[in-house]
Amino acid sequence: MGKLQGLLFGLATLVLVVTATVLFTKDWLPPLMSDRVGIDHAISITLVVTGIVFILTNLLLAWFGYRYQDQPGARAAYWHDNPRLEWTWTLVTAGVLAVFLFNALGLWASVNARPPADAMLIEVTGQQFAWNVRYPGPDGVLGRTDHLIASQENPIGLVKDDPAAKDDLLLLNQLYLPLDKPVRVQVRSMDVIHSFFLPNFRVKQDAMPGMTIEIWFTAKQTGDFEIACAEHCGLGHYRMRGQVHVVPAAELDKAVTEAAQ
Amino acid sequence: MAHSEAHAAEAHAHAPQAFIWRYVFSKDHKVIGIQYYVTAMMMALIAGLLAMLIRVQLAWPEKDWSSLQKIIPAGYTSGVMNPEFYAMLFTMHGTIMVFFVLSTAPVSGFGNILIPLQVGARDMAFPFLNGLSFWTFFCGCVTILYSFFVGAGAAAAGWTSYPPLSALRGAVPGSDTGQTFWIVAMVFFIASFTMGGLNFVTTIVNLRTKGLSMMRLPLTLWAMFLVAILGLLAFPALTGASLMLLLDRHFGTSFFLPTGLVLNNAPILGPDGQFLHKGGSPLLWQHLFWFLGHPEVYILMLPALGFTSDILTTFCRKALFGYKAMVGAMVAIAGLSFIVWGHHMFVSGMSPYLGMAFAVGTILIAVPSAVKVFNWLATLWNSRIQYKTPMLWAMGVVSLFISGGLSGIWLGQSAPDIQFHDTFFVVAHFHLIMAGAALFGVFGATAMWFPKMFGRTMNETLGKTHFWLTFVTYYGTFFPMHYIGLAGHMRRIYDPYQYAFLKPLQPINEFITVSALILGLSQIVFFVNFFWSAFKGQKASENPWNANGLEWTTSSPPPHGNWPGAIPEVHRWPYEYSNPSAPTDHVMQHEPPMTVEAGH
Repeated sequence: MGKLQGLLFGLATLVLVVTATVLFTKDWLPPLMSDRVGIDHAISITLVVTGIVFILTNLLLAWFGYRYQDQPGARAAYWHDNPRLEWTWTLVTAGVLAVFLFNALGLWASVNARPPADAMLIEVTGQQFAWNVRYPGPDGVLGRTDHLIASQENPIGLVKDDPAAKDDLLLLNQLYLPLDKPVRVQVRSMDVIHSFFLPNFRVKQDAMPGMTIEIWFTAKQTGDFEIACAEHCGLGHYRMRGQVHVVPAAELDKAVTEAAQ
Repeated sequence: MAHSEAHAAEAHAHAPQAFIWRYVFSKDHKVIGIQYYVTAMMMALIAGLLAMLIRVQLAWPEKDWSSLQKIIPAGYTSGVMNPEFYAMLFTMHGTIMVFFVLSTAPVSGFGNILIPLQVGARDMAFPFLNGLSFWTFFCGCVTILYSFFVGAGAAAAGWTSYPPLSALRGAVPGSDTGQTFWIVAMVFFIASFTMGGLNFVTTIVNLRTKGLSMMRLPLTLWAMFLVAILGLLAFPALTGASLMLLLDRHFGTSFFLPTGLVLNNAPILGPDGQFLHKGGSPLLWQHLFWFLGHPEVYILMLPALGFTSDILTTFCRKALFGYKAMVGAMVAIAGLSFIVWGHHMFVSGMSPYLGMAFAVGTILIAVPSAVKVFNWLATLWNSRIQYKTPMLWAMGVVSLFISGGLSGIWLGQSAPDIQFHDTFFVVAHFHLIMAGAALFGVFGATAMWFPKMFGRTMNETLGKTHFWLTFVTYYGTFFPMHYIGLAGHMRRIYDPYQYAFLKPLQPINEFITVSALILGLSQIVFFVNFFWSAFKGQKASENPWNANGLEWTTSSPPPHGNWPGAIPEVHRWPYEYSNPSAPTDHVMQHEPPMTVEAGH
């Protein structure tokens, strides 16, 4: 009975390490469809480094837990201080993490960098429980909105007299993206906080009422994907679902115009 | 010395005899500690049941649950769970677990039981305040439980209660009345924690017995000391924020509500036809909430790390490795916990420069956390482990701290967090490290200090059975959440299978749910063991584990006033195990100095 617990703990830890490692070799991320490949690289590197630490520390724990069990007459080592060892593992950990941090901050800066000048403008406005997508039309300018006049027929309160608003194209839960052309998405909300999540594009941005938050990215493959809401926004949160369609840049206007009818 | 003996006699004479003053409105720290503990465990039972319902829904949302509808008619319509009921479930599960269970059982429960016993004091510094703090907490529990039965049900805006969802009464049914009760419960909780925190700090600073310097404190007490300070500094932010939210909800103020809110396609207007709310910011709530929220997760965790160190050394029969480094690591974690809160807001629209600063703080906090793991491993090295129940739980904490800590490095890097934010990857992370470590720490501490609570030891067979069932199913429940999180599975989703990309994950969700249900059922073993052992368990001696702390120098359970005679004096640190120059394998803190002695 005495030895059994240590053996069990060692084996359980071993099973955890092996199962976790095998499952982590599978590619779980939704297939990448945007230019944010840096995020996937950072995830892979983090997986490898934390994976090694996970395996090593757990193996030590399993081995120590099994190996150093009580034996009659034996005493534990009287060893409780070693400043050199403390400094070594503190500084090595800090060094490894500093490298991570350096890369992470560089990546963060590139994600948040200024969008290219030729980026196309799209507005996405969340409301309970739908995504209002708006394209500026041929003039390239989004018309003015006024929330005071928002209604069932005009959910985002578009000011229809505004000349810039005349050619705006409105879609519900449908987002068309041009292939290989950067887009600037202005994310807004009418009511509560939503989160504009495109799992395949490594894009997630909270839609914060009272704020217009701009993000940018480039779609890299054609196809149909999903928009999700990632922030709890009420009882219909789970069905605040939309679709993304990536089409060749030349066909975008036609696709949006047809969808807007 | 004469003075303290006189004091002991006086204290003993003053022990109240009437049941109500002795066990209900008690001022004795041990009784108050047990009251906190038992209340928290009852709350855990309720919050755990809520989690079971969440899991059943996530695995089989399309099944007919008419049987559950009979038990909870308000939660289901024709055998299908209502989405607003689901939102209430995860909101209340989080709220109750974080505040009323995992902040309470380790801190207020074991803090009260252990602080005076381990510092060598007759009681806490302010016994009346201590009793008052428990009953204030109890009011908080009653308020939060009562909220299930008001108006449209309990709060349903998430345990984080982000406005406008929590502020606009029509935004989600729980925001009608339940949210107000949530706020009131929170104010009760924080008031109670503040009273407790003042008591903790004062007792640890002022009432240490002769010879007990700060650098001779058991790590459990270092944890309690730091946690009390964190609570005192961080919690008031939520008191203020909660009251502002209350004003926004009921009196038309705009602390968190911006201009231009339109709910259900209808602008929210004041009597003048203009927007009722102007100029507030939902981001302000998030800053205030997480200014509390992040130190809060360390309030949950630090006591467990302290228990783990104390349990490991006792059952390894080996001196704690790197005491100074361990204290330093805890102080560093506590300090850094104040500059990481923004990592909850990387995708909130907060300035990316701020995101950068918070990423630095977050990655930095991994250093002292790693130091703790390395020191534990060094403590285990060349030890001689006795696998009693407390030891198994302590090993479990180390294991969870490794597994849950490493995913923090994934999430702390702001750019990858764009993908992980608000997915099950985060749910996996915090259930392993924060909830799991705290829970395992509490179970370990319960087995360890049960003799000082009830004068008996817990049953070992039941204890080990409970550990193994919990350890295996805890990993079975929370580890696979990493994978579905990587696959993009959002949190707080009532029916994930509305999404094509989440449909293939249903088998994993089913696996998690089965594991969670077994995890839930396994806790019956604990409750049976707890109540059986409290009344029928084997009577414990003064020092059943051959441990070194001051709490083991008095009877189990200790009398009112803790020591019948004089309070013992301290001559060394509490980790003097297996010193080759000592006749026995442990030298207690109060034993007079030996002629030859190494160590501290």
